[in-house]
Amino acid sequence: MEKKILKDDTDRVDGILKVTGQAKYFAEYELPGLTYGVLVTSTITKGKITGLDTRAAENAPGVIAVVSHLNKPSAAAYEQEGGPQMKIFYTDKIFYNGQPIAIVVANTFERATYAASLVKATYAKEEFNTDFAKALKDPKAKKLQGQADYKRGIENAYKTAEVKLEERYFLPIETHNPMELHGIIADWRPNNQVTVYAKTQGVKATQGTIANVFKIPMENIQVNSEFVGGGFGMALRTWPLEIATVMASKHIGKPVKVVITRMQMFTMVGNRPAAIQTIGLGADKDGKLTGITHRAYGETSTYENFTEGVVNMAKFMYQCDNVNTSYAIVPVDLGVPIWMRGPGEATGAFALESAIDEMAHALDMDPLDFRIKNDPETDQQKNKPFSSKNIKEAYKIGAEKIGWSNRKNKPGSLVEGPWQTGYGVSVGVFNANRGKASVKGVLKADGSLLLQSATSDIGPGTGTGMTLIANKLMKIPVNKITFELGDSSLPPAPSQGGSATLSTVGSAVNDVCVALKSAIAELAANSNMDATANFVEVLKKNNLPAIEVTKESQSGKEKDNYSMYSFSIHFVQVKVHALTGVVKVSKIVSVGDSGTIVSPKTARSQMLGGAVGGIGMALTEESIIDHRYGRYINNNFADYHVPVSADVPEIDVNFINKPDPYINPMGAKGMGEIALIGFSAAVANAVFNATGKRIRTLPITPDKVLA
Amino acid sequence: MKPSDQKPNQGDSRRDFLKKSSVITAIALTPGIAVKAAENNADERFAELFEKIPLNLTVNNKAYKALVEPRVTLLDYLREELHLTGTKKGCDHGQCGACTVHVDGQRVNSCLSLAVMNEGKKITTIEGLADGDTLHPMQAAFIKHDGFQCGYCTSGQIMSAVACIREGHTSSRAEISEYMSGNICRCGAYPNIVDAIVDVKEGGATV
Repeated sequence: MEKKILKDDTDRVDGILKVTGQAKYFAEYELPGLTYGVLVTSTITKGKITGLDTRAAENAPGVIAVVSHLNKPSAAAYEQEGGPQMKIFYTDKIFYNGQPIAIVVANTFERATYAASLVKATYAKEEFNTDFAKALKDPKAKKLQGQADYKRGIENAYKTAEVKLEERYFLPIETHNPMELHGIIADWRPNNQVTVYAKTQGVKATQGTIANVFKIPMENIQVNSEFVGGGFGMALRTWPLEIATVMASKHIGKPVKVVITRMQMFTMVGNRPAAIQTIGLGADKDGKLTGITHRAYGETSTYENFTEGVVNMAKFMYQCDNVNTSYAIVPVDLGVPIWMRGPGEATGAFALESAIDEMAHALDMDPLDFRIKNDPETDQQKNKPFSSKNIKEAYKIGAEKIGWSNRKNKPGSLVEGPWQTGYGVSVGVFNANRGKASVKGVLKADGSLLLQSATSDIGPGTGTGMTLIANKLMKIPVNKITFELGDSSLPPAPSQGGSATLSTVGSAVNDVCVALKSAIAELAANSNMDATANFVEVLKKNNLPAIEVTKESQSGKEKDNYSMYSFSIHFVQVKVHALTGVVKVSKIVSVGDSGTIVSPKTARSQMLGGAVGGIGMALTEESIIDHRYGRYINNNFADYHVPVSADVPEIDVNFINKPDPYINPMGAKGMGEIALIGFSAAVANAVFNATGKRIRTLPITPDKVLA
Repeated sequence: MKPSDQKPNQGDSRRDFLKKSSVITAIALTPGIAVKAAENNADERFAELFEKIPLNLTVNNKAYKALVEPRVTLLDYLREELHLTGTKKGCDHGQCGACTVHVDGQRVNSCLSLAVMNEGKKITTIEGLADGDTLHPMQAAFIKHDGFQCGYCTSGQIMSAVACIREGHTSSRAEISEYMSGNICRCGAYPNIVDAIVDVKEGGATV
């Protein structure tokens, strides 16, 4: 396995803290007088709470309070009409099974847990439906437009094509399941001063939500979230359970800590919604695409609409004059979904990239040749050139590394004993986002540089990337640079989502470093020093302990002139057992085309992680509901299968590593999403190549392989 | 969850009774102003008298003597009582390995072990693995091979990895993967973790 393609081998800057157990996650802060909250949840799926008996819980040892809709403290925004429908503790309505209905606070975790079991609710039950597929078939069930319909050229042109196909693809609910359980520590002090230790992908977003709900000034709220034990999208909003914890702290005047259970991770903090998609593809006999139709339905909740970019990719990924898409959402009685890594694009890519493979097969073409033949030079949707795109080069690198020449176009050709071998390929693409962020830089006479921004690190290595950007510009050693994040009092930055952090915050780091360098040059000139003098000498000569600069950075006009995307190619080899239907991913080659790679070591790890997440999406992950009760039945790690070490083969990660000239000063585009987008289709395509069996319903479990 | 149709008083337990009687006693014996305090202290007094169990154990070569409720897991005891938060809670069901510690040298899911079951035992957590400021070879190898991203499963992975070598389950990458499959990493650092273990094994350092 070739591991080090890029030279820079800088270790993760917070590595020592993480391997020694010193990195502090939200639940690990010791506050004087800390209490423990445990949530009581609804045992019905839809209806109203008619009675809540909290007496036994209140009398239980160590219990300080039970807070519910009966005695909640004021949350000013919830007292107004309108606003969010899920006004926790301001409603007696039940929207889904497992909805928090009370919080029991005690002086130990065990006492709170026991007392929570003593709270008794009575309900008026109503009819419900948690089955998305059933709702889709029901003509009376609501279907809401999730995205404006798109049309280029002739609608449904595939229907009259020389070669055509129309297929449906099914995705189940997936659950993010970061290793760290969700929760929060909330400390509401007199005069409405609030400090929280949160698990969040955005400290400013958490600060803003608390300010909005309780109608208190932003500056009253301090959000701390230095280390986050994974998010994958689920920590992109402040959940009702967090508001409940803040209310509990406000009610008792002490800090309250809530850490939810793994079971509650399935119901309280969102999921990747189920989806049913139809793809229609038309091509001429030479293999040119003549029509693409992508129609998708996604699941949402009854109390809040959730949409994502399921049909985005179909609009620009392939050269085709006739494209139309539609996307609707269908409410069911479940908790509201939230973006999960790769979000809607990963859902859409499974369908589109499977269909592309199916069309190549129908044309008797190599699926790689088919993709190359239909690769667009410009973005037909936006009618703009791509800022940078090196897909053909990526195809070539990946094909060589996986040994694509060993693949036979006829499925089921490679058999060795009971094992059938197959090869699959797919493409991933995601918008190369860049937002607006501020960074403060303090250059000190002791030779160090401190950088600060209210951004987050849920795992990709934000601090490492930012440090390397500064290191390259300032020529200051990595161990002399500190990047502080996860603190709402620092200069503002957006939430960590949509693969935008390096591009957004990194640009501000760049601008700060440029400003610091020119400030030093000016100081040097003013004190008759050489323009290239070391900043330590310049500062000392001027009797300055430090200089500081704060810069806000965002895209210029370039973003209007170009279509900016990150791309990935996933090649997989699978082995399918003919008798048991077991699928083993035996080799992976991923190629990332995301501009300059700023931090090679952590970038490679991100690609590995996307592939591992992709194995789960393709082969094992499905949150299963018993629709008679509206409850998840596999809401734990023994029954909801995420990949473990034995499921993961060698993964060969490659980067094109060519700067994008327009996106930002580093030429770097995001890559957290593309690491996963499309991967599941590569597996499905490989399973088809191995067996001749096309599986359009994820996950690809043995029963489906054998059916 | 309790069925919703139970009568309110059925949930009252022996402890509720003790608590209520303690309040009555307190009211009888003390001036009104002290009632609330007495009520709170009563909880602790009764817990200590009737429900806490003495525990002696060694954690990272330090002896601890404590009174703990028998329902407290070793994991919660380490995290909430001793504030050794390097050991992580990922599922509380023994399904993810984030809470892996060594008990008398064996790797154990500390969420599946009650604290009181560890009387007289020697526990090693991630905080006790390094030799002062010198990292354990496995910790250094995890940094070198980037065997983590978010870092939340890392303590458990490292404790498991050390045990994996001590147990002799490192003859191949496949065997390492098999014996490390009780430790989930949602960020997907598995190939790097295996690299780290192979590196330490081949380096021949005593683990």
